Amino acid sequence: MNLSYLFDAAHWDLSAPGGIPQLILAHLGYVALALLIGTIIALPVGLFIGHTGRGSFIAINSGNAGRSLPTLGLLMLMVTLLGLGLTPVLIALTVLVIPPILTSAYAGMRTLDRGVIDAAKGMGMRPWQVLFKVEVPMALPVLMSGFRSAALQVVATATVAAAVGLSGLGRLLIDGLAVNDYSRVLAGAIVVAVLAVLLDLFLALVQRWIVSPGLTGRDQTRSRRATT
Amino acid sequence: MITFEDVVKVYPGGSTAVDHLSMELPTGKMTVLVGPSGCGKTTSLRMINRMVIPTSGRILIDGKDVSGQDEAVLRRGIGYVIQHAGLFPHRTVLDNVATVPLLLGKTRREARSAAMELLERVGLSAEFAKRYPAQLSGGQQQRVGVARALAADPPVMLMDEPFSAVDPVVREGLHREFLRLQQDLGKTIAMVTHDIDEAIKLGDMVAVFRQGGHLAQFGTPQELLEQPVDDFVAEFVGRDRGLRSLSFDTAADLPVQPVGSFDGAELVLDDAGRPLGWRRDGGTIEPTAGVFTTGDSLRMVTDLAITSPVGVAVRVGADGKAEGLVRHHDLVDFLAARRDRRAAERSA
Repeated sequence: MNLSYLFDAAHWDLSAPGGIPQLILAHLGYVALALLIGTIIALPVGLFIGHTGRGSFIAINSGNAGRSLPTLGLLMLMVTLLGLGLTPVLIALTVLVIPPILTSAYAGMRTLDRGVIDAAKGMGMRPWQVLFKVEVPMALPVLMSGFRSAALQVVATATVAAAVGLSGLGRLLIDGLAVNDYSRVLAGAIVVAVLAVLLDLFLALVQRWIVSPGLTGRDQTRSRRATT
Repeated sequence: MITFEDVVKVYPGGSTAVDHLSMELPTGKMTVLVGPSGCGKTTSLRMINRMVIPTSGRILIDGKDVSGQDEAVLRRGIGYVIQHAGLFPHRTVLDNVATVPLLLGKTRREARSAAMELLERVGLSAEFAKRYPAQLSGGQQQRVGVARALAADPPVMLMDEPFSAVDPVVREGLHREFLRLQQDLGKTIAMVTHDIDEAIKLGDMVAVFRQGGHLAQFGTPQELLEQPVDDFVAEFVGRDRGLRSLSFDTAADLPVQPVGSFDGAELVLDDAGRPLGWRRDGGTIEPTAGVFTTGDSLRMVTDLAITSPVGVAVRVGADGKAEGLVRHHDLVDFLAARRDRRAAERSA
């Protein structure tokens, strides 16, 4: 086992089909689609449950159920039902990202300071203004942490796409194993790990950009906490 | 004027929070709703801006029934201050204060410049504008809360225990500033507190609630202290209500003895006639506990007479010259006469 596959320049050719850059791109494509669909489904549901307090058992149980569901098994089931293609892969990956996003949206909304929300209503904000101008911005740190953990999980798990004939970094693992090319397997594992770290760093930057400094205490260093 | 007309609030489950409440909160005055916890004072306050919907009865602001109005529009016209201020943690102090003007459709520039003025009004310098609530002390947060409620210059303000989350020293300062602010602005204010001392200090009118949402008494602080309607109110306003009621009368009518000596104690004056202190039996000069003028309260005179080393309060004129002396028993005689006179007025 060595790093020769990873450091072979031929494998980094941008235009070569099956080259690492193309695999990364396909991999990120699955990740992005799964996160997008998962967010579209889980975020409104989580916000609604957190906002109203109704159906909180869904939020709590979906987190536990989601974690115990094996993605590979689900994928095989979906392939059996739907045949090969992108759809079963996206379904399996989406099921993976829903619980952390749903649970964090719910938790973020539940832990908000009720006094602040009372003040927002009392000042004459309409319900949707309370939601989007007060509740969501305040819940963003928790929401983002759920999204980041979903992203990390799906980056690692999207390798299963290769098991059903699709592309992505899983190709290096599956194909490498098939021909006993452990250098290729190692290259796949390393690239997936590095990709996960980079994606998380990127999302950390996004979080820093969209979350108010008033919530993170980042501003504290610039002006001292004053006394009365 | 805020009018409660036979207002009842029964919560689902059957507990009565407010029981047939009728009262009028006068325009431009501060009315304090006070009572033990669970007496319906907060529920009553929150029915004014429709945060709570009454089961029956009407609430009118300047003759207009609040139930016929759009909730959000109604609330934008009513200042709202709550305990712990409830500031938006993700917005700067300036943007917190600009909230209601922005909701009312003002441009960001207009709203911010109005907010800047208000920060100054509540005693916060411009450097606070860019800070976030988490960087402020509790007292400063509460000032921002008051500024935020005043931002759109609403004629009516609702305040739910606005000063109860800060320590007594800070609260004292906030009270003083708030009274000064109210003197300038003359808002119609309804404030809730559980602290009777705060109610008596701040309120032009005080509404005392008792358990079960009954209004026990509605009157001026002086009326509550001097003529509580029943044992509940008497006990609630406290055992020292007699002493505290002296805060409402000035020493203008209080007769004084000529400046001189008592029981071997002599008031020593400087060349300008200002009191220096008391000398007993030719000993050293002991400072007076303080002096009063005719504008000070009877309570202050009483306090001075008690704390003076010789039991005598000293009255001075505007120029600081000693004008007269009040001994313990002068005070007792005066208060007895005042009590009899009041009783006669009442029965007449």
